[in-house]
Amino acid sequence: MTLTETPMQRERAMTIYEKSKPGRRAAVLPDAGVPEAPLAELIPAHLLREQAPNLPEIAEPEIVRHYNKLSRRNFDLDSGFYPLGSCTMKHNPRLNERVAALPGHARLHPAQDPRRAQGALELMWLLQESLSEICGLPHVSLQPSAGSHGELAGLLLTRAYHADRGEERTKVLAPDTSHGTNPASVTMAGYEVVKVATNERGGVEMDDLRAKIDEDPDQVACLMLTNPNTLGLFDENIAEIASLIHAAGGTLYYDGANLNAVMGQSRPGDMGFDIVHVNLHKSFSQPHGGGGPGAGPIAVSDRIEPFLPRPQVVRREADNGHGLSFDLDHERPKSIGRLRGFQGNFGVFVRSYAYILSLGADGLAEASETAVLNANYLKARLADGRAGERLPIAFDRHCMHEFVLSGKPMKKELGLATLDLAKRLLDFGFHPPTVYFPLLVDEALMVEPTETETKESLDAFAAAIEQILEEAEGDPEIAKQAPYTTPVRRLDEVKATRHPVVRQPLQPPPPTGR
Amino acid sequence: MSDANYPDDLRYHDQHDWARLEGDDHAVFGITWYAQDSLGEVVFYDGPEVGATVQKDSSYAEVESVKAVSDVIAPLSGEIVEINDALEDTPEKINDDPYGDGWLVKVRLTSPEEAGSLLAAAEYQKLLES
Repeated sequence: MTLTETPMQRERAMTIYEKSKPGRRAAVLPDAGVPEAPLAELIPAHLLREQAPNLPEIAEPEIVRHYNKLSRRNFDLDSGFYPLGSCTMKHNPRLNERVAALPGHARLHPAQDPRRAQGALELMWLLQESLSEICGLPHVSLQPSAGSHGELAGLLLTRAYHADRGEERTKVLAPDTSHGTNPASVTMAGYEVVKVATNERGGVEMDDLRAKIDEDPDQVACLMLTNPNTLGLFDENIAEIASLIHAAGGTLYYDGANLNAVMGQSRPGDMGFDIVHVNLHKSFSQPHGGGGPGAGPIAVSDRIEPFLPRPQVVRREADNGHGLSFDLDHERPKSIGRLRGFQGNFGVFVRSYAYILSLGADGLAEASETAVLNANYLKARLADGRAGERLPIAFDRHCMHEFVLSGKPMKKELGLATLDLAKRLLDFGFHPPTVYFPLLVDEALMVEPTETETKESLDAFAAAIEQILEEAEGDPEIAKQAPYTTPVRRLDEVKATRHPVVRQPLQPPPPTGR
Repeated sequence: MSDANYPDDLRYHDQHDWARLEGDDHAVFGITWYAQDSLGEVVFYDGPEVGATVQKDSSYAEVESVKAVSDVIAPLSGEIVEINDALEDTPEKINDDPYGDGWLVKVRLTSPEEAGSLLAAAEYQKLLES
């Protein structure tokens, strides 16, 4: 078989800087109508740059084509099924975009005086109230801007809580199935990570948990848990886990990455958690990927509340006695302080609040029910045929919103690694699931279909896996060389890691002064 | 990359590490063919300094591949007397030659008798089959 390159593969993706030609413009501005003064007269010499900035010079149609072309090289949720485990890639309703684009929302200046931003503050307050109800915890801060940021906030809150009691604790427990960000946040917050083992049901190994606590109960600051965990399994011992940690004096932290499985069904606060972060960009339909923008609000219990970041969005009796007004409360003496500039990614708040309002309490509950149903349906489909043989489920229980398969037999019997299967799926028009995570499953493939996929999509995905395995029984090389149809084929990940090029080499800068 | 192999002159730890005993109280450590194959191509190795002590069954180094960062477990206890400097610039030696140029550290053993609990090549391969 001879492979010919597709036109997109032939054409190397260029940056907009490489397309720049001196003198080209997207717009010609009219004369200012005031006399032009040399920059040197307006700005002190020591503040003037010595070289002109290296900006691309391009005509408007080329700019439009450039970004349009780049967008077509991408795979996104609007192009197809995107079952990325632990990352909840659900459909983002267009209604949310419409609401977020309203000028009053989109053009509000972050430094606006709170008295003239009452609508925005009210929306934030209502979102806080909604998240509080969903999480079963009375207080919410919208400041953290990502899940990992929420984790860091939770650990700083834990430290502040213990310090306020005159305690200094050093250890944070986390199961070996935890998201990689958990141990990273622990280290960043200055704590030591203690790994807890997983039992044969895929939950926390209780004997190991007891042993790790008993080693030095006074040093246990916190247990970070995802429930359901990254195996997509609900921990049946959560009540006992909570009481063990609380008895040792630690806080219980809920990583909300998997909240999509339990929204409207069960509440982390009722399970005994003290601090929860919510990924608005996962569970509450904010477009994400590529690093932002996101939001990782935290909900906390009464005992943690005094330490929340400041300012807090609060509702007060209005000065003139008429109705209520909303404000930013800076008077929080025990607060851990500010976590970011301004109040967060406001557009994310608008979209998520629109999502919560349009679904309502019933709709949120139905969304998580459907997410769990879809995952169990797909899991059952993949338990049959070749997938059942070559890609068995890692922990055979009813799953929640996601499940983890092991490609170990596939690798042993067909010589096909999970990575090869993932790459071949791209040729079938599917974004591959998460691979090689969690680490305790060999050749892991972690599938999260989400509630917004049809039965037809799920069936097509299962059929593609079956077909890839059948094809590999004949010739495994087909999958090993995949993908064939994508804009770029296999990337040199090793070289990218060992010798990253993080900056476009600059062309010689144009001379100063025009 | 070489094919799967497990030399008979090495002792194996079930966390996929090997030790080559030298004299009465020295050993060279590395990771097994299976370990490097599971990790995939190694892009970074973070090892201990000469003089550091290592404890059997505990982590003493980290290897990072394109898939994950993993702890490397010491098969025996002792003190590091020599490290493989070449791995800083060419960590791929761990993939290319896990029992030769891809060795990690040389250790003066504090409890040479611990070697009795390690596995022979055949036993280790049986473990991989299971």
